[in-house]
Amino acid sequence: MKALYFAWVREQIGLAEETIAPPPHVKTIADLVAWLKARGENYEAAFGNGRQIRAALDRVHVKPDAAIGPAKEVAFFPPMTGG
Amino acid sequence: MLTVLRVQKEPFDLATEIAPLTAGRSDIGALVTFTGLCRDEQGALSALEIEHYPGMAEKEIGRVITQAAARWPLEAALVIHRFGVIRPGEPIVLVATVSRHRSEAFAAAEFLMDYLKTSAPFWKKQHGDKAGAWVEAKAEDDAAAKKWRG
Repeated sequence: MKALYFAWVREQIGLAEETIAPPPHVKTIADLVAWLKARGENYEAAFGNGRQIRAALDRVHVKPDAAIGPAKEVAFFPPMTGG
Repeated sequence: MLTVLRVQKEPFDLATEIAPLTAGRSDIGALVTFTGLCRDEQGALSALEIEHYPGMAEKEIGRVITQAAARWPLEAALVIHRFGVIRPGEPIVLVATVSRHRSEAFAAAEFLMDYLKTSAPFWKKQHGDKAGAWVEAKAEDDAAAKKWRG
């Protein structure tokens, strides 16, 4: 699946997007965050700094307990500050 | 209902944008507009850089417009949101609502702005004295959106 990162999440990971292939035990957004965090210091810095991160699956906002299912695109970003 | 929804880099002109919303209509009593401007904080800000999630930004704004149209009898709704580098004094966002009576147009415009701030995927980065600092989401923005529930 495609993973997209925005704002300081993008800056800390050092990537705007990448293709990821999480193993079968990664079923929810929270599982995916835990799996990504273990991929390196940059991911740990983005996901493990205690700051709030939001997620979207196929461009719809989701909570951490949401099942990833057949989604093609996941995105992680800080709380929105538009308007 | 006439809907205009754009996410763009370019500045916009208020008069040009709102003219088509009421053109040729004699049954409209209210047109409310809100323009959000890039605000300097005592000379500390040289520009804002607004990042967005292309595709999802339009989708979320569209969803919020649909919700507003379900709550109030609107004749037209417009949302234009910019991204990229925006200097103090320049417009960032335009919301316009059109209805037969003013109360619906006022309420719908405020609803649209309150929900856009908390659900549309845009992020502001500051350039200037606080160079590199991302604007933090505010608790009062969440509270403003929550007041419309229930």
